[in-house]
Amino acid sequence: MRFKVEQRRHIPHALPWITPVLSFICTLVAAAILFAIIGYEPLGALYQLFVAPLLTVQGLSELALKASPLVLIAVGLASGFRANVWNIGAEGQLIMGAVAGGGVALIFYGEEGFWILPLMCLAGIAGGMAWAAIPAFLRTRFAVNEILVSLMLTYVAGLFLTMLILGPWKDPDGMNFPQSRIFSDSATLPTLIEGTRLNAGVLITLLVALAGWVVMARSLLGFQIRTVGSAPTAARYAGFSRSRVVWITMLAGGGLAGLAGVFEVAGPIGQLIPKLTPGYGFTAIIVAFLGRLHPLGILVAGLVMALSYIGGDNAQVEIGLPNAAVGVVQAMLLFFLLASDFLVRYRIRRVRSAGAAT
Amino acid sequence: MNDIMLVSLIVTIITAATPLLLASLGELVTERAGVLNLGVEGMMLVGAVAAFAVQFTTGSAILGCLAGAAAGTALAFLFGVLTLTLTSNQVATGLALTIFGIGLSALAGSGFVGNPVAKLPQLNIPGLSDLPVIGKLVFHHDALVYFSIAATFAIAWFLKSTRAGLILRAVGESDDSAHSIGYNVIRIRYFAVMFGGAMCGLGGAYLSLAYTPMWVEEMTAGRGWISLALVVFAAWRPFRLLAGAYLFGGIAILQLWLQARGLLFVPSQVLAMLPYLATIIVLVVISSGPARSRLGAPASLGKPFRASS
Repeated sequence: MRFKVEQRRHIPHALPWITPVLSFICTLVAAAILFAIIGYEPLGALYQLFVAPLLTVQGLSELALKASPLVLIAVGLASGFRANVWNIGAEGQLIMGAVAGGGVALIFYGEEGFWILPLMCLAGIAGGMAWAAIPAFLRTRFAVNEILVSLMLTYVAGLFLTMLILGPWKDPDGMNFPQSRIFSDSATLPTLIEGTRLNAGVLITLLVALAGWVVMARSLLGFQIRTVGSAPTAARYAGFSRSRVVWITMLAGGGLAGLAGVFEVAGPIGQLIPKLTPGYGFTAIIVAFLGRLHPLGILVAGLVMALSYIGGDNAQVEIGLPNAAVGVVQAMLLFFLLASDFLVRYRIRRVRSAGAAT
Repeated sequence: MNDIMLVSLIVTIITAATPLLLASLGELVTERAGVLNLGVEGMMLVGAVAAFAVQFTTGSAILGCLAGAAAGTALAFLFGVLTLTLTSNQVATGLALTIFGIGLSALAGSGFVGNPVAKLPQLNIPGLSDLPVIGKLVFHHDALVYFSIAATFAIAWFLKSTRAGLILRAVGESDDSAHSIGYNVIRIRYFAVMFGGAMCGLGGAYLSLAYTPMWVEEMTAGRGWISLALVVFAAWRPFRLLAGAYLFGGIAILQLWLQARGLLFVPSQVLAMLPYLATIIVLVVISSGPARSRLGAPASLGKPFRASS
């Protein structure tokens, strides 16, 4: 008896959606083993990580707040990944969005007006788009690899932010700390539920995910993006412009990352600080894959990922589980998912050996 | 600036460049075989913590370095299983590997924070090391500095002049052709990926045993990403990588040095941006124009391979 690996001709419809669930279960088992090894009661730790945050309004609101930037960025990035456009510099685009939006907040510091927040959002989208336009331009004009350019620009963006808040944008009353002023009220997102930090940005994220779904699944543009990615030759024959798809998906990713940046500084953070994000731009890449590059899948994946962050903080406070363990669990989840993808694309068949057949 | 200051500045630049050189040499070999492993930062971190832990418990620097290389190799093997055997997406897997490495190293190293170890000993050749200026500049480094330079020559020779090196490059340029003339693409890529992991682990070991002989969470501070940039900056050529690593190390140290002396007239961040901007400019130059075919990336870089039969 031998085993043979062969490509599936038809992928069963449910399979791509079963494997993430399976991966999650495998991760739970692996995480339990890990926790036991490093000396924590496995079930208790898992409870703190994945269940406890869901039991309070506070926990649920923080969950939505944390998932929001991940989903927002991942929806934009996924459109590019579908077309084989690898923007992995969303972290930098988020920072530049926050810088642009934060700049608006600081210019109009102390002024009142309903127009300040929308202007900040627009500035943030423009900032993120501008940063993503650099790799898009270099890719379409000079055939430069966008992975490396977008990654390099992430570091430049981080340094640019630090330069601003150590220099011209430093808080005059901040005792020399590297931070900007705290934004005035009209430059901060209104909260939805009294006593939580849940803000209006979360609703916009939800709308973006739905819009992303409609565009990708139902529009000509979405069809072009998918064709350029999965069948480049067919796309060329059909006259779909590859450059156009690169530009659109890059700008979508950059713009949404920039918007996520504004939501962070105008939401839970409330000012510009050196470390605006715990790596949302990179985690969003995982979220995009976990959600199968599908806007609705990304919504679920973003919530799962956010849950692990919040649960991680929770477990650290409650049972002293080191935060690093959460990173390990997150990475394991992606490893299992990437490995399980193999089972979607290929199947393992048992074949009788040649000797038995004769 | 007097001679002694200049000499010590150059010595510091060499120690700053060595971890970059080690890690990027590994990534260079991996990429020449057609595999893009974005997990350099993660592999360096597990290398750093493993090296530190082993040296701290055994007191042996050699065992420490070996442990660092082994830990990097182990992580690279995991990357190989996912991307080569299970043909997963290399970008996503590499990023997951970095996240994994950051978490795992912090977890494993939590018991070692704040403990010092003996710094990797500097070579002391009687006579030579005592020479003025030259002695300090050339004959008074730790073994890994010499190893990294020797490795540059060895890898350049391997890729250019050996049969195995030619095969490795063939696999990176055209996996299908290499497969059709009978080479085992997957196995060759496994070797390249694991060699890359070993070198990244060693680069991490240099950080925790020589550069700053202690363990701190995320002590690589982005050096893994710089190493990735360096490979591109060097257009996948070992000797340019050597020059690039010393240039990047030089800018990093010079910026600190000028800042400490109040000689910097632009914000230090502007100087710190230069290596990244330089890399982008190099990318543009090598990706377009007449230089493209000679200097471009390995043609199969990042593409998964699965034999059709």
